[in-house]
Amino acid sequence: MTIADNAPAAAPLVDEEEQARLRTARIHRIAKWTLPSLVMVLSILACHLYVTIGEVPHYILPGPVLVAQSLVEDWSLLWPAMVITSRLTFLALIMAIIGGVALAVAFTQSKWAEMSFFPYAVILQVTPVIAIAPLLQVYVESAFVAALLCAWIVAFFPILSNTTIGLISADHNLSDLFTIYGATRWQRLRFLAAPSALPFFLGGLKIAGGLALIGAVVAEFVIGRAGTGLGLASTLLEASYRFNFGRLYAALILISAMGIVIFAVMSLISHLALRKWHESAIKREG
Amino acid sequence: MIQPTEPVGTRPPLLNMSHVEKTFAGDVVALRDMNLSVQEGDFISLLGPSGCGKSTALRLISNLMHPTAGTIRWVGGQQGADDLGVVFQEPTLMPWATVAQNVWLPFRLQGKTYNAVKDDILEALKLVGLENFQTAYPRELSGGMKMRVSIARAMVTNPRLILMDEPLAALDEITRFKLNNDLLELKSKIGCTVIFVTHSVFESVFLSDRIVVMAARPGRVIRELTVDAPYPRSEEFRTSAEYAAFCRQASDALHEAMELAA
Repeated sequence: MTIADNAPAAAPLVDEEEQARLRTARIHRIAKWTLPSLVMVLSILACHLYVTIGEVPHYILPGPVLVAQSLVEDWSLLWPAMVITSRLTFLALIMAIIGGVALAVAFTQSKWAEMSFFPYAVILQVTPVIAIAPLLQVYVESAFVAALLCAWIVAFFPILSNTTIGLISADHNLSDLFTIYGATRWQRLRFLAAPSALPFFLGGLKIAGGLALIGAVVAEFVIGRAGTGLGLASTLLEASYRFNFGRLYAALILISAMGIVIFAVMSLISHLALRKWHESAIKREG
Repeated sequence: MIQPTEPVGTRPPLLNMSHVEKTFAGDVVALRDMNLSVQEGDFISLLGPSGCGKSTALRLISNLMHPTAGTIRWVGGQQGADDLGVVFQEPTLMPWATVAQNVWLPFRLQGKTYNAVKDDILEALKLVGLENFQTAYPRELSGGMKMRVSIARAMVTNPRLILMDEPLAALDEITRFKLNNDLLELKSKIGCTVIFVTHSVFESVFLSDRIVVMAARPGRVIRELTVDAPYPRSEEFRTSAEYAAFCRQASDALHEAMELAA
């Protein structure tokens, strides 16, 4: 509906089809939350029953009660680990945004820069980070910095490639209009390329957020092994060596929760930035 | 009303195209030997089949391309980018900006703040009847309204020449007729010069006082017609015998153009 259409004065008569449609919509709204919650409760219950009735040893599969217990008892150990992993992920993401956007702008401003450096960005991306991690550990003194570099390498490429595509995807006629009105390079970037790139960048950011966490976890597995006492993933690995499966699952749950929070935050940022104008953020009526 | 008082052909000159040629790589002749003297207050339609170089001519005039040969000269020189307004076939609005911000664009690119020009923006929006939609986003508007915003943006700097590249081609006929009427009213209010690209005989006759008929392969001008029916032209003009006669003339010229290309 456009603003131009004058909505007819409140029609009191809603036909059956409309009523049915509204009813379905209402049910869907409720089911969207209740169904997944129900599935979760049931699976936890099933797991609990399986472990207790089948007398599964805790080093094979710890029951939900044990995991919850570990979560509470080991909190003094898990919380600092989570802070470290969070810091790692967050810093890697920030660096990926700065690096990815800066490089994307450089690529679109200079064809020469793109030709010279793009292949290396791809090489950096396609080389498995797990293979680079031990090397980084050799060259970089601090385990934290080495892990940070790992996470950064993984997170930065989707931002670079999405932003690059976004920056060159501005409407051609609009671009012509900028030329006709004598826009400077900076004006073109600021008023045309950047807003055109925003939806692409945000798409990249959503992927990069998840990848930064994955990168951090991989880095901790590889680098944290040497007793450097890094974050949650190191804790998880260590717990597995000690057959402390309650703690292992507790760490796993926390990592998973971090991923969910990151995704939710990215989606929220994307929604807030685009809700006024971009098709992806607009609900269709009718 | 600022209606040119002199008859067609005797008005002060604004822009001259002389022997303009444009050849693209691979020997495609887009435009051959185009001569056109645009005079102040003219409403010129470039009428012709696709590939006749109408859009090329506009791109040359707006300096997006340079002629292979020949010259395009503003009489007295082009003072600035704001001497020119352009309307494309699509509304070409920035979806992330409000209606008022879109109209602000030509000024913004000159470094003028919104507050310095907000009266001009409001004035332009009033002229196209959208003064109540300043804070709306383009997606909230209908096709015709978007085109009005685009027209407001083209006129906001009060340019000496407005180029329109089939601006109404994508609209439905009812909206199109309405916008044709509005366009004439607008032109009479602000007194600018318009070059209008179209492939509709009826539209060109209704709107313009000069019709330049072009043929394709190679793109060239084959005839120029004068529509010396007085402005303002109303809906009645559309059904008059005079209008029909002009349409016949233009239509014959267009047929000739088609045969030349065939």
